[in-house]
Amino acid sequence: MGRTAYRMGRGWMLAAAATLVAGTAAARDLTVVSWGGAYQDAQREVYFKPFMEQTKTKLVEESWDGGIGVLRAKLQGGANTWDVVQVESEELVIGCEEGLFEKADWSKYGGQDAYLKDAVHECGVGAIVYDFILAYDGDRIKDGPKNWADFWNVQKWPGKRGFRKGPKTTLEFALMADGVPAADVYKTLATEAGVERAFKKLDQLKPNIVWWEKGSQPPQLLAAGEVAMTMAYNGRIGAANKTDKKNFQIVWNNALYTIDTWVIMKGSPNKAQAEAYIAYVSKPENQAKLPPLIPYGVTNKAATAMIDKAVLPQLPTAPDNIATALYVDEPFWVENIDKLNQRFNAWVSR
Amino acid sequence: MAPLFLFLLATFLVPIGAMMWRALGDTEIAPVFPRTLAALADWDGRAVPGEPAFAALAADIRVARAEGTLAGAATRLNYDVNGYRSLLFATARRLPAEGAADHKGPILAAQPLWGERETWAALRRAGGPVTDLYLLAAVDLRRDADGAIAGTHPDQAVFRAVLGRTLWIAAVVTLVCLLLGYPAAYLLARLPERTANPIMILILVPFWTSLLVRTTAWVVLLQREGVVNSLLVGTGLVEAPLPMIYNRFAVYVAMVHILLPFMILPLYSVMRAIPAAHLRAASSLGAAPFTVFRRVFLPQTAAGVAAGSLLVFIQAIGYYVTPALVGGAEDQMISYFIAFYASRTINWGMAAALSILLVAATAALLLVYRRLAGAQIPKLG
Repeated sequence: MGRTAYRMGRGWMLAAAATLVAGTAAARDLTVVSWGGAYQDAQREVYFKPFMEQTKTKLVEESWDGGIGVLRAKLQGGANTWDVVQVESEELVIGCEEGLFEKADWSKYGGQDAYLKDAVHECGVGAIVYDFILAYDGDRIKDGPKNWADFWNVQKWPGKRGFRKGPKTTLEFALMADGVPAADVYKTLATEAGVERAFKKLDQLKPNIVWWEKGSQPPQLLAAGEVAMTMAYNGRIGAANKTDKKNFQIVWNNALYTIDTWVIMKGSPNKAQAEAYIAYVSKPENQAKLPPLIPYGVTNKAATAMIDKAVLPQLPTAPDNIATALYVDEPFWVENIDKLNQRFNAWVSR
Repeated sequence: MAPLFLFLLATFLVPIGAMMWRALGDTEIAPVFPRTLAALADWDGRAVPGEPAFAALAADIRVARAEGTLAGAATRLNYDVNGYRSLLFATARRLPAEGAADHKGPILAAQPLWGERETWAALRRAGGPVTDLYLLAAVDLRRDADGAIAGTHPDQAVFRAVLGRTLWIAAVVTLVCLLLGYPAAYLLARLPERTANPIMILILVPFWTSLLVRTTAWVVLLQREGVVNSLLVGTGLVEAPLPMIYNRFAVYVAMVHILLPFMILPLYSVMRAIPAAHLRAASSLGAAPFTVFRRVFLPQTAAGVAAGSLLVFIQAIGYYVTPALVGGAEDQMISYFIAFYASRTINWGMAAALSILLVAATAALLLVYRRLAGAQIPKLG
């Protein structure tokens, strides 16, 4: 934003710039917003830079930390400076419902059939897939757990268990540990009896649970021997293995996965360029370049075959890994989070 | 006085008052549903409202959708009735055409929930300008469809237990601080200054260290493979590591450690002021050492005990970081839930209501304490 203003002031006569204040929104460069850090560094290499070179489009990047309130404020203030934003599924569901995003024109992106079913949305195109998985330290446990029922088995594998504090994902895993098939989890959770069943199952494990709140904690808990197994984000476990030379193992069986999505902000003056950008980063050959830099799964079905064979087994979208995984039902959670948060808080603090 | 008062007003009373008002103020719904609320004004609440209310609802939703104000209203109503959020958006997607003769039929057919009294009652309750939703919820109460106050479902009730736990933890910490701090302050006050000063520094250095650093140090010490457990297992005192972290024990240890100086310092200053001549006089009159302590020394330190206990208790009651880092889920105090609503779910009404609960509990205890301890209590401002 600041740089755009500077360029304009330099390039145009001051008086003209002053009269064009209202028009600056239309004259700005394509602005892409992602999640910063190592992830955006990777995107810059394989998406932003090549896109600018090939299409001769000027692209300005920004980063954000999520939150539907930020997107609402952008549009309600009338000074929206963002065009393409990568959002989490919660923002996608709520924002689409509220009309914050342009509708996705799938004909420009190679058609819906080219993508994973869950990466297709009326308001956006899935960008990456990441998982909530079961992780343990391979140096401490040789004959490791295979599924969520094993996670509950403290006789065979003594020690604490790490879970993220909150009902979302925790209740799903509890039901799967209790023998509910992945396909029926949300159907079950939508009933009072199903919620009851999930909490009953959690009751069994409760004395052994260490609750964590930040994604950086599970690798630390595993490394410190504080927990024998934990639920974790697959990317964090991969990073700990890579940078700290750990031997953390991932159980992909019955993982939960979610998708971050590219959306175009409502009324974007750069809609055509924004669509060109999304089309570019959604091409299988371009998506395939991201995972070697950071272990996130890809959404274009054709991309998987082009990914380096050494990297593939670490990805949520590797055929073996996604086979039994369940997609986090965001509409369910948007609807029920208030009630289940309250119930969870009451349960967890008893 | 006037500048001080203005300063307090601007930096203390107004911000805190504004924050607390969020627990009571309820202004989100009225601007979004003006027609519906007007139509519900003389609704008896016994049967589902008629066509005018449905027509007003359709008109309000249509405008709110266009202006982007439906989301805020939906979030607010979902706090009261789970499912209201998607009910509003689903209704918005299938509204009868503008100017249609019949709204009630199509809306009811598409969304049967509008056929329930509770749906309409919740909307009317949220009409503002004030609500007791959050304050009631903070003490595990709610309003039912008839507007009567009822208990929250036992599965959803949490805050009374949390308040009780908060007071209990603060009381235990205060007591332990007193038991540990009293002898320490006594020792300091008796020693010659040359020896007392280095010991004083030992107390003050942790006192000046960041609370976060000290809490994290306890994590390092107490964890499963931490310093203490390694020592215990290494020396063969215990076979398996003891669970010393993410439980109540860790909360007590860390909180006592952090709050101990607040007990020692007032005690020390009071004890220092007791003339040694008093004690010598008692001894020379034939009192046994314990009698000297009980009859002469202890009564003179009462003000220090009261001041130290009050300082420790009032700080302990608002503790957040320490229990969050070293405690388990069963050890979280009320501040944790204030933070949960303020920063995680962005439900400012609940955060404010719980803050009011905390302030009210503290004030009530202070009053009781004043009554009991009478003039012993030092004035805190």
